Amino acid sequence: MTSQDRPQAAAANGLLDRRWFLKAGAVGGAALLTATASAKSRETWSSVPGVGMGESGDPSSFEAHVKRLHVGSRPGTTGAGSSRTPLQHLDGIITPSRLHFERHHSGIPAIDPDQHQLVIHGLVERPLAFTLDALARYPMVSRIQFLECSGNSGAMVAPEPVQGTASSLHGLVSASEWGGVPLGLLLEEAGVKPGAKWLIADGADAAMMSRSVPLEKIMDDAIVALYQNGERLRPSNGYPMRLFLPGWEGNMCVKWLRTIKVTAEPAMTKDETSKYSDLRDDGVAELFSFPMGVKSIITSPSPGLELGEQGVYQVSGLAWSGSGRIRRVEVSADGGSTWADAALDEHVLPKCLTRFRIPWRWEGGKATLVSRATDDTGAVQPTREAVLEGRASNSFYHYNGLQAWRVAETGELNNVYI
Amino acid sequence: MSISRGAMVVLALAAALSGGAAIADSEFTTDVPQLGAPVAADVVNELDYVVLPDGSGLPDGSGTATNGAEVYATHCLACHGEKGQDGINDRLAGGHGSIGAEVPVKTVGSYWPYATTVFDYVRRAMPYQAPGSLTADEVYSLTAYLLFINNIVDENERLDARSLPAVKMPNRDNFVWAWEPSAD
Repeated sequence: MTSQDRPQAAAANGLLDRRWFLKAGAVGGAALLTATASAKSRETWSSVPGVGMGESGDPSSFEAHVKRLHVGSRPGTTGAGSSRTPLQHLDGIITPSRLHFERHHSGIPAIDPDQHQLVIHGLVERPLAFTLDALARYPMVSRIQFLECSGNSGAMVAPEPVQGTASSLHGLVSASEWGGVPLGLLLEEAGVKPGAKWLIADGADAAMMSRSVPLEKIMDDAIVALYQNGERLRPSNGYPMRLFLPGWEGNMCVKWLRTIKVTAEPAMTKDETSKYSDLRDDGVAELFSFPMGVKSIITSPSPGLELGEQGVYQVSGLAWSGSGRIRRVEVSADGGSTWADAALDEHVLPKCLTRFRIPWRWEGGKATLVSRATDDTGAVQPTREAVLEGRASNSFYHYNGLQAWRVAETGELNNVYI
Repeated sequence: MSISRGAMVVLALAAALSGGAAIADSEFTTDVPQLGAPVAADVVNELDYVVLPDGSGLPDGSGTATNGAEVYATHCLACHGEKGQDGINDRLAGGHGSIGAEVPVKTVGSYWPYATTVFDYVRRAMPYQAPGSLTADEVYSLTAYLLFINNIVDENERLDARSLPAVKMPNRDNFVWAWEPSAD
């Protein structure tokens, strides 16, 4: 490499100018390809016709390791629990539907769409029932947006860093193109009565999961989602219809949506009081922490994806905010002493995952990789210390602190607190 | 249903809703197909599981902790343990006074702000393997039992649609709202 090809250092410990990859191409990658390319003129798979077409496509068998991390149910509650998106194995911003995280409270109901209706009642002029076929005739919108469980990253409140992967620590976030009918249209058709301020959404699962949602959010951007990434919702994501509240905690986006009761007050359901509330160290708990905070994590490299030989790597990750667009992501290779701006992929959408990238030259030494996101409201992702300030010791919901990965001289990565 | 009727409905609604803070611009709804089918009140009642803190939504029926102890032993003990503690699933009793302490223990008695939530949740979701199988009297009884083992009601106190919302939970005043609806 000549001196003029030499990339500009953007921050200490090897971070390079974010534009360097685009200028110079993947130099390290090209060398690697040359070293491993086969000398055969025709591989075996090029020597016979391949298998035929199919009704549905599966990933390559060589990608079988790219799967959700299943976190098992406790005894007696089969179907209650979660599975996590393998963030460290994905790129781009859209989560394949088969890998979207799950959080169920009583399993996945097997709903016959012809026997399912959404009923809107309560403080309305006319209680109304909507079939799936009826909803499909309404004006629809589709937007690419994230969905995050408010328990995501909860392990980060542990006094000592829990060792795990990006998936096990942060895999309760995914992004999809969600398509559906603005719920405000349906409420207006039913006729919201004066004094109404909330609605209570119930699911058709065996737990009849329910949450209270302010009508302001409904009229802002809530939809009854019917489609995910171009196809009808997967059963694990609420088939045939779910509530989708862009940017707000996942638990409120009630799957298998069955009834909506319009009310003057919240119902204070089990999930919104005993579970997804934020207990402070003074014994007071905060209810209704709805928008998910600005957050980012580096997905590559990350634990489980060890670095190989020294050289230039692409540091890449995801940033998102429940309040708007990501404006900026900074990356540090020295645990937060110096920072460099990462490049953002083309699609920087509101309330969506945003992919960031920055080249980094690893020269075999210790390093601590961290990312820090800023959204377009000016909110900056806080440190872990700042998130935990004033919280009860075991209060783990709505965690959006900085994530640091320590790189050892062996190339191994670990979760560390900075 | 014709578009013109839909447009009329929307105009009428826009007038009715103009006092509501949450209502957005209604103009774009004039082309909405208006396919919602009317639902009779008795059907709504069948579907409606929502119980509000003021007690609205609570059904007829009643129960005491004495009756509830039997229901608990049959349907709940295996997962939630003797008197709501030391079970393989969520702890339901105890932890009183721990909420502001070093290690908070959240239970129905120590943490939950509203007694109506107990009825609402049990009726929806419990017992786990057979939700919906308990009668209203059994759910009232079970609610009374859970409150009794948390020293919130007496063993023979009868809970019904009138008395349950009047029960004040010990931790009721220790909640604030992180989100407030905007003023009218």
